[in-house]
Amino acid sequence: MRQILMIWARPLALRPMTAIGIAFLLLIVVFAAASPWIAPYSPNEIDPVNRLLPPGGAHLLGTDHFGRDTFSRLVYGSRLALLIGVGVVTFALASGVPIGILSALYPTLGKVLMRMVDVLMSFPSLLLALGLIVILGQGVFNAILAIGLIYLTTTARIVYGVALRLKAEPYVEAARSAGAGPWWIITRHILPNMISPLLVQASFVFAFAQLGAASLDFLGLGAPPEIPSWGNMLAESRIYITRASWLLIWPGLMIVLTAFSLNLVGDALRDRMDPRFRKMVGK
Amino acid sequence: MLSVKDLVVSVGRGPDIVRNVSFRIEPGEILGLVGESGSGKSMTSLALMGLLPPTLSISGGSVMLDDTDITYLAPYQRVRRNCGRVAMIFQEPMTSLNPVLRVGDQIEEAVQVHDPDANASARARELLDLVRIPDAAHQLSAYPHELSGGMRQRVMIAIALACRPRVLIADEPTTALDVTVQRQVLGLIRELCDSLHMGVLFITHDLGVVAQLADRVAVMYAGELMETADVGPLFRAPLHPYTAGLMACLPNPESDDPIMATIPGSAPRPGEIPDGCPFAPRCDRASAPCRSGLVPLVHGAPGQSARCHFPLNERAGA
Amino acid sequence: MGRYVIRRTGAAIATLIAASIVIFAFIHLIPGDPVYVMLGDGATPDQVAALRDKMGLDEPLVAQYLIWAGNALQGDLGQSIFFETPVTQVILAGAETSILLALITMVWIIAFGVPVGILAAIRQGTMIDQGLSGLAMLLASVPTFWVGLYLILIFAAGLGWLPSSGYPSIFEQGGLANLSYLILPSLALAAPNAALILRLTRASMLDVAREDYVRTARAKGIRPSRVVLRHILRNALLAVVSAFGFTFAALISEAVVTETVFALPGVGRTVVQSIMRRDYPVIQGVILVIVCMFLVINLIVDLSYRLLDPRVELE
Repeated sequence: MRQILMIWARPLALRPMTAIGIAFLLLIVVFAAASPWIAPYSPNEIDPVNRLLPPGGAHLLGTDHFGRDTFSRLVYGSRLALLIGVGVVTFALASGVPIGILSALYPTLGKVLMRMVDVLMSFPSLLLALGLIVILGQGVFNAILAIGLIYLTTTARIVYGVALRLKAEPYVEAARSAGAGPWWIITRHILPNMISPLLVQASFVFAFAQLGAASLDFLGLGAPPEIPSWGNMLAESRIYITRASWLLIWPGLMIVLTAFSLNLVGDALRDRMDPRFRKMVGK
Repeated sequence: MLSVKDLVVSVGRGPDIVRNVSFRIEPGEILGLVGESGSGKSMTSLALMGLLPPTLSISGGSVMLDDTDITYLAPYQRVRRNCGRVAMIFQEPMTSLNPVLRVGDQIEEAVQVHDPDANASARARELLDLVRIPDAAHQLSAYPHELSGGMRQRVMIAIALACRPRVLIADEPTTALDVTVQRQVLGLIRELCDSLHMGVLFITHDLGVVAQLADRVAVMYAGELMETADVGPLFRAPLHPYTAGLMACLPNPESDDPIMATIPGSAPRPGEIPDGCPFAPRCDRASAPCRSGLVPLVHGAPGQSARCHFPLNERAGA
Repeated sequence: MGRYVIRRTGAAIATLIAASIVIFAFIHLIPGDPVYVMLGDGATPDQVAALRDKMGLDEPLVAQYLIWAGNALQGDLGQSIFFETPVTQVILAGAETSILLALITMVWIIAFGVPVGILAAIRQGTMIDQGLSGLAMLLASVPTFWVGLYLILIFAAGLGWLPSSGYPSIFEQGGLANLSYLILPSLALAAPNAALILRLTRASMLDVAREDYVRTARAKGIRPSRVVLRHILRNALLAVVSAFGFTFAALISEAVVTETVFALPGVGRTVVQSIMRRDYPVIQGVILVIVCMFLVINLIVDLSYRLLDPRVELE
């Protein structure tokens, strides 16, 4: 355990790009935490007189077709981005980790569970999410479940692979032959070694959850329109792209930079990881 | 003949992992290079081949083959300049052959580089006969995974011979093999060395193998050569305490003592090598002069020399 | 090999059966009576009874599944509620667009991802490598529909070089020139997937370059370019080929969005529209067909991978 802590606490020999990525993510967190203080307007304040204003003046980044302030909506949109990311990561880990570990420890159960994961993986991911939304109905929480279901499968696969490797390690076999119970093995040997692969996986899932949520929003099946989300902003401005192309830039950039920053962080984490597991994580 | 003089290999701007290594290999002679893992013997051999990994480089000394300087030349540059060749076989015959190419193709590829005018497939069959692979014509179309470990190592030797080498480097070629197969491969190397009049650098951590196979021995420790000698004198009267320590670790069937000797302590890592003699911290003969400055070269039997202040069997005036 | 083909095919069929049960269950998992959901609250009892009867909803579940699966095996995926035509016809109507879109996209992916990945690997650690790897990560972080909207803005609305939306069949007026309608959509769809293939190609080239047999090849005195082509590339591409199955699945997934952006009459847009129209038989049918295609493609990729890799026992 100490070794793991040392790896993460290693003096931050950061590549400049990674540092920029972390800085951007911190900015998003600040945006989300302090939205009411940062945003000059309410995100849903309609102002029919000032519709489709270009950037500059009283509206820093212009206004949309309802006259709502683009900058304020971007700031509030970071709340949903974080909510979706945290929600999807939590769901994927909370379901994928137990499935993966139990499958590795109990081969018979594992055969069944992993076969079920295979079946889910044979559905193209967005179609799987869409199907679930048809069943559950539209909404932020349901979008999190639908996207989380996609990453349940990949997480379970990765955890299964890593746990199988760990289970075959001599010290784990020694502990088993010395009579250690499964709970002891999981908490003492498997989970501590799983931390760094899971951190890497979490940052990639967080990144791809942004793209998935944006796609759902764009199809009109994600967050309800009254919630300011970057995906909804893009979907709504779509018909005005020739008249007000600036509406397309900012929400898109927020999505791209958030996903890009998370990918950078994930990559940097992966480079510091135990090389044995490096290939198993991420795509 | 191959002559290595004051070779230094270093890690980027970091520590030297091979320091001032010098030796010669004559045609038809097997030089055993002995050392613990991490002593720098594999890196020495890769430096001779011109195959150091990108993070390492030769930062001093020279490698001469028949009066041509080949120090900084990669194998393909040696082909282009038409100088004598050094060929190499590796420890892991399992992973050293390309899994998706047939054995014949891999041998022929080497033949085409070194004998562009030869009939490659006929020459490949000839080489398989030379390394005693039965049913050569059939084996040429096999994939590496279809062969046993011993057969794969023979294929590796055939590939090496296809380069018509003046010197063959064998880096622990039998470590991964069964004992009976080991003997066959060692026998084959001896035989080819004699019949082709080729020099062999045989790298191993196993003094027992060296005693059977080599004509001369070089003992390496922490990146430096400790002692060089013909096989007979080395085993009869080692000069360097480290050599003596290695021999004491060999199992002795005539001894009743069930506990085998060990050398106390462990080998230093590159970058942590002490001043003076690198073996001094583990040596029971060491005293003040050993811990700083240059270590003198002392001589024993003809052809035997060691770097030590207090050698074991020094012969005055040798 | 024969035994492997049978085992692997068996596994694919088992997965397909399990997936078909999931797809069948889908309609029963929708809250409320699916018939009322589909027909709306204003439906007359006669209409409801007729649809119930047509969909066989009064049979026991197992019987319903067997009837549905049996019909599907014979190419009957049921009736579209919205179009009132067989689902197979609805799918066939979108098939040309979707298949051509996927093929053209695959061409971009292979033409860009593989060579650029090789370049990055050969120049490992240089500015070129860092630039290309950074570009790949950026492309993988971009939503396809956003790229699509910008492509429309620049090349269709701005420069007027290419059409912005729709796709007339190549069998209609215009012939093969109609493929120009698919250029922008396929580029948008290719961007993130080419990035993944680029990264994969680079990574597996570097993995293979560390192998012992590459060192053996160098020791032979072969030219570096030939070492790369014959020993590194060949083995590295095996790993890349095995990823094509998953790339195809990703394509189909993202095609749902791309077809919507570019208003292409493909299967993906049909799914989205059918969700809005509550045309559940169409959704079921399309997903079943896509899962089927995905399994077949992965099967082919797997088997050809085994053929290319002689390490597998050829019984």
